[in-house]
Amino acid sequence: MKHHYRWLVFVVILAAFALWVSIPGNEGASFDFNNDDEPDFTLTVYESLGLDIIGGLRVLLRADLPTDAYTRDDLQEAANNVSRRVNGLGLSEATIQLQGDTRILVELPGVVDEVQARQTIQQTALLEFVNFAGIDSSTIATYEGQPVLTTEQTRIEEQRQRALEEQGATEEATGEGEEATEALTDPTSVALTTIGTLATQLMPEGVNLLPPLTRAGPLQEDGEGQPPFETVMTGDGLSAAVAERDPTSGQWLIRFELTDEGGDVFGPFTGSNVGQPMAIILDGILLSAPTIQDALPTGGVISGQFTEDEAKQLALQLRSGALPIPLSVESFSRVGATLGQESVELSIRAGIVGVIIVLTFMLFYYRVPGLAADLALLVFIVLNLAIFKLIPVTLTLPAITGFLISIGTAVDGNILIFERLKEELRDGKDLRPALDAGFDRAWTSIRDSNISTIIICGILFFFGQTPGASIVSGFAITLAIGLVLNLFTAVLVTRTFLYVIVGLGSDAIAERKWLLGT
Amino acid sequence: MFNLMEKRRWYFMISGVALTISIGLMIYSTVTTGQPFRLGVDFQGGSIYEIQFEEAGANEENIREVFNSLGDENPIIQRLGDENDYRWSIRGSFTEGQSSEEVIEALETIAPVAEDSVNIEQVSGTVGQEVTRAALFAVLAASIVITGFIVIAFRTVPKRTRYGLCAIAAMVHDVLIVMGAMALFGLIFGWEIDALFLTAVLTVVGFSVQDSIVVFDRIRENIPKHVGEPYETIVDRSVWETIHRSLATQLNAFFIMIAILLFGGDTVQQFIAVLFIGLLSGTYSSIFVAVPLLVSWEKGELPLLEGDEHIAASPAKA
Repeated sequence: MKHHYRWLVFVVILAAFALWVSIPGNEGASFDFNNDDEPDFTLTVYESLGLDIIGGLRVLLRADLPTDAYTRDDLQEAANNVSRRVNGLGLSEATIQLQGDTRILVELPGVVDEVQARQTIQQTALLEFVNFAGIDSSTIATYEGQPVLTTEQTRIEEQRQRALEEQGATEEATGEGEEATEALTDPTSVALTTIGTLATQLMPEGVNLLPPLTRAGPLQEDGEGQPPFETVMTGDGLSAAVAERDPTSGQWLIRFELTDEGGDVFGPFTGSNVGQPMAIILDGILLSAPTIQDALPTGGVISGQFTEDEAKQLALQLRSGALPIPLSVESFSRVGATLGQESVELSIRAGIVGVIIVLTFMLFYYRVPGLAADLALLVFIVLNLAIFKLIPVTLTLPAITGFLISIGTAVDGNILIFERLKEELRDGKDLRPALDAGFDRAWTSIRDSNISTIIICGILFFFGQTPGASIVSGFAITLAIGLVLNLFTAVLVTRTFLYVIVGLGSDAIAERKWLLGT
Repeated sequence: MFNLMEKRRWYFMISGVALTISIGLMIYSTVTTGQPFRLGVDFQGGSIYEIQFEEAGANEENIREVFNSLGDENPIIQRLGDENDYRWSIRGSFTEGQSSEEVIEALETIAPVAEDSVNIEQVSGTVGQEVTRAALFAVLAASIVITGFIVIAFRTVPKRTRYGLCAIAAMVHDVLIVMGAMALFGLIFGWEIDALFLTAVLTVVGFSVQDSIVVFDRIRENIPKHVGEPYETIVDRSVWETIHRSLATQLNAFFIMIAILLFGGDTVQQFIAVLFIGLLSGTYSSIFVAVPLLVSWEKGELPLLEGDEHIAASPAKA
């Protein structure tokens, strides 16, 4: 009997912990054991809600180039570019990930301006080599990773403005905006909103960007018309860029090659600016500003105190500017924020109603064992909710449905045990031996009968890895967690509760057989 | 005790009628619409716009005009909910680069749109093909793995192929019933098959096998315990012994599902409806298809299939 009380303590502590974790809004805790004001142990938990619940945009992009024209690294860099721009919009909750070797999945939760988001995402990278003659090294150090305004960006912005005006004109003339709309959604013309201008228009709160640098200094708010820096060459002029280790010095450097057209511009410019810095700017942001050592008509090396990672990163950024991967939208979904919220509230309400019916049924049909099963079911529910926050499992509507169905089937294990128990009692066994037999014999049935559904969950999970069927994964995960957890709660937790209850009043129960539901 | 297995011809007849109706519905749907059931955008590619208007004014005609003006020739337009919900579902084609904002702006010429309550899905044909391929692969994998599981579960039974095939027959029965139901819902309500439908079907497969295994397990256990009893009596006893468990378990799953059907949002209702029908069929088929089939087989009543000499010779009643 004693070890059942020990189990009871364990179950109660576990349930209390799970209950604490699953309190809505609880984000975990940190513990400072040695009072040095540095947390020694931090437990972070959070609710991860799917886009179909919070609302937002989900865009699946496909690289619009033959698969042999780019590598996975190039695609990763394209994804990094998308990520940087999306963060520039102030959407810090966004997730951007590669899907296979040809696709990028972008998820933008919350209320998002769709047109702006599409433009930002589909924009290809703009790489510029910019004349930085006369800029001192301290300014360069301050502006690394900060916006710099250039002639090329200004040109692109003007072109965009013209396109917008033309669209307005067409709309007025024809009453429809189709042609111009097409021009606007064309990836190349969409690409014309540069980060340089985005950075000023959309400076997000919390992201500390300096005002863009111009020839005359940082651009003030009223400082329109300040001369931008001269763009010498864009990424089009670059044909290759790789990170290498210099065999003599052992230093990491980036070797780049130019196209013929690029060389025609780059050679004379570098020749007449030896000793001056030249800025490398990606999407309006200053990456680095090496000093020109020599005339470079066909290519050259960029050296500096690069670590291996930095050199590879810069080479990749140069390549992504040289080989901009156009991205086309392959699937798109947009969920209104209130719609998902309503559906969740309805699902939760349905879940509560369903659980109450199940609890009532078990109590009336199985009496005292039913009470133990009900307590175990409540433990099962809080354990599930805690696991969803601990892993965390992204909760979508199908995921919530999978969880609810797992509640419906969770009592199956208990039913198997209790039916056995009744049989053993009918065969004339005493209460305690009947209980032992019920739990012993039902275990293999419980295990076997759950296996087929767990296998199916595995197959469904893999099916859900297909970009177009991702909604399935959530259902498979929560149902599988529920089934596995149920093996624990249906047997161990129910047994603990039942033995403790029976231990407290075994005579009373043995005298009143109806309490056992027989 | 009521002798269940004696009436097995009735069960076969009921199932036969249900299966004939299911297959008939799929054939009817194929003849009238070209597909056994309506394939959704997940598999075919295309766009679904669920639009919430804030006031009256929208009808099939003016929505069609808007879509035609955007270059979508043949949209399928349906009202969602009742007339005062102002909610519409429009199935259109997939146009690369067409932002849904354009579509919403165009629809605003009819009536104001509640942008917070729209639900839009656009899927290209390529993605649809990939989902279809993955779906076929999932079905194939499920068939192989479940068959393998049944073989392992019955490895200690002398005639395991027999048990396994009866469980598979019950599973195929359930899948066909679900498909027939979906063909019917497609014809009546315009419901479409999506990735979640396949999920429901495979979940039904999992539960169906689970049910059959519990009954077969008991038969296996009872045969050595009751030597000398007629086979049908042993089977009947096994069914009665497990029927409480089967019904109580299914009942609890149904409680949850009915609650979702009645009170849940409409997003997962089709999914739950399919799952519900599948589980209903699964409960029936484990007792009234898998088991009677096994009895008939053992007694040599099935054409072309040999029975068990010993069982076939035994009297029908004790």
